[in-house]
Amino acid sequence: MKILVFVKQVPDTDDVKLDPKTGNIMREGVESKLNPLDANAIEAAVQLKEKYGATVCAISMGPPQAEDVLKKALALGCDEAYLLSDRAFGGADTLATAYALSMAARKIGDYDLLIFGRHAVDGDTAQTGPATAAFLDLPQITLACSMDVQDGYVICDRALEDCVQKVKVKMPAVVTVTAEINEPRYAKPINIMKALKKPRTVWTADDLGADKEQTGIKGSPSSTKEVLEPPKRNTNTKYFEGKPEEIAAQIADMLHEERLI
Amino acid sequence: MFKFTEEQEMIRSMVREFTANEVEPKDRWMDENGFCWELVPKLAEAGLLAIHMPEEYGGGGGDTVTSEIVINELAKGSASLALFLDANWLACDMILYHGTDEQKKEFIPQLADGKIFAFGLTESNAGSDAAAIKSVAEKQADGSYVLNGGKAWITNSGVADYYLIMAKTDPNAGNHGISVFIVPKDTEGLTIGKFEKKMGMRGSATCELSFDNIKIPANRRVGEEGKGFMIAMQALDGARVSIGSIASGLMQHAMSKAAKYAKERTTFGKPIAKYQGISFKFADMAAKIRATDLMIWDTCQMKDEGKRISVEAAELKLLASRWACETCDECIQVFGGNGYSAEYDVERFYRDAKLLEIGEGTSEILRMVISGSVLGR
Repeated sequence: MKILVFVKQVPDTDDVKLDPKTGNIMREGVESKLNPLDANAIEAAVQLKEKYGATVCAISMGPPQAEDVLKKALALGCDEAYLLSDRAFGGADTLATAYALSMAARKIGDYDLLIFGRHAVDGDTAQTGPATAAFLDLPQITLACSMDVQDGYVICDRALEDCVQKVKVKMPAVVTVTAEINEPRYAKPINIMKALKKPRTVWTADDLGADKEQTGIKGSPSSTKEVLEPPKRNTNTKYFEGKPEEIAAQIADMLHEERLI
Repeated sequence: MFKFTEEQEMIRSMVREFTANEVEPKDRWMDENGFCWELVPKLAEAGLLAIHMPEEYGGGGGDTVTSEIVINELAKGSASLALFLDANWLACDMILYHGTDEQKKEFIPQLADGKIFAFGLTESNAGSDAAAIKSVAEKQADGSYVLNGGKAWITNSGVADYYLIMAKTDPNAGNHGISVFIVPKDTEGLTIGKFEKKMGMRGSATCELSFDNIKIPANRRVGEEGKGFMIAMQALDGARVSIGSIASGLMQHAMSKAAKYAKERTTFGKPIAKYQGISFKFADMAAKIRATDLMIWDTCQMKDEGKRISVEAAELKLLASRWACETCDECIQVFGGNGYSAEYDVERFYRDAKLLEIGEGTSEILRMVISGSVLGR
């Protein structure tokens, strides 16, 4: 079995600043990290590898420093790493990103399963996985909170708002996973040392044979029109003290005064 | 200029993540409740317990720099937990450097799997004056030993699976009459006292031990007979570097909490961080942390190059432990009345810091080591 896991480098901060002109995330001086849900995607792939045997390839698109998340993916148990890095990929929206990732998947070839995190914490679109499935004309399961493979099928529970849906599709297939699917392991130091010796490949748009009209900013039909910060909530916290019944009475009084009950 | 390798940087970032998620949230709990058993399998699973042991014995194959990165990062979440690992290594390093191949094969993989080791040198009447220990291991006709006596202030005792005990095999030979023995916790004749009530470092277990005619097979002696003092002192050199790493981690933990508070707390219309009286405290803290770090990595590198580090480790521990006390003291001052309350953590750091001036060689003993190297003995 060959599993491809797609990973993204995202800013490691709770205080994301946006460039008011372009609407893009300002990355200068901000530490980067592996997108948290991509750690779940890697863990899901590595668990399947440990259970059934597989080659797990980690793929990322980004500037040269995005190699850091690939090194981490290797330390977590992936076997090979591919970085798509080229100015021609710059400024890509989810469509152009999915196109480039699908071209990389084709170049690697022989894949059975493509796993994505449900969304990245920076863009939060949750579109790259599904769009990649569309480019490759593959069936997809989104929002997977469990995953197993059996007789050429991938079987997942999907965490929907009011129910869990069990879905079975024939491989090759695309799966996007949620945080509930597993608890990602820590990369053992000994595996970190070994990871740096595993193969890493860098591909340009030409290496992939990609149509440059479909990559990067040229291949991105969406653009940012305006960037707005969410309105700051004016919270006025009031603390109540006393025994539970006294607190309950005080809350009831307050709600009454505010004409909420 | 010292530079970390790429893998060391990655390991640091992994341990930092582990500490933030698993260790830091438990530190106050440990202060109130003692040793935290649930962290041991987590440390084993993360591959941190035997990181500097050779791969062939189930270790991580890392060097001294890498192992001190682990101690340093863990101490940013809990000085107690870092001290647990330091004591574990202090004991096991004696097996690594002086044990037989059979001993290494038997015990080092157990360290990696989460078995706990303790180093037993100090007695109620002999700490700094190690040659004055009274525990005796009397050699029998069949080559085995019978151990009698007791130990005090043994870190990891009460939770350890194995005790590395220093005892006199020749009571008339002073430093040259001491040997080291491995004593499993369930050995007949070994009595483990109740946990000491301590000022700080309460997440690290400390008990008294007493030995009543404990039979020790010959193959449980570590190193040559009579070389125990030298073996222990060499292991202590390494542990003193770890105390420096704990001091640095603890200072950074305290400083980051105090810095956050200083930027939030306002008096007379502005954050207290804007007052020189407060901000200059941070200048001193940052300088002390950087100096400590430079000494840690320099001393580690010397050890990895196979050089003797007795003086350098003593210098590091002497300064770092004092600076840790000073830094935690100043952090309480930044917090004012809140700093004196357990709710704001820094009072705990202050209590933890004080141990660093006592354990693994008091500052006074370290000054004897250092001054001896300058002036001759």
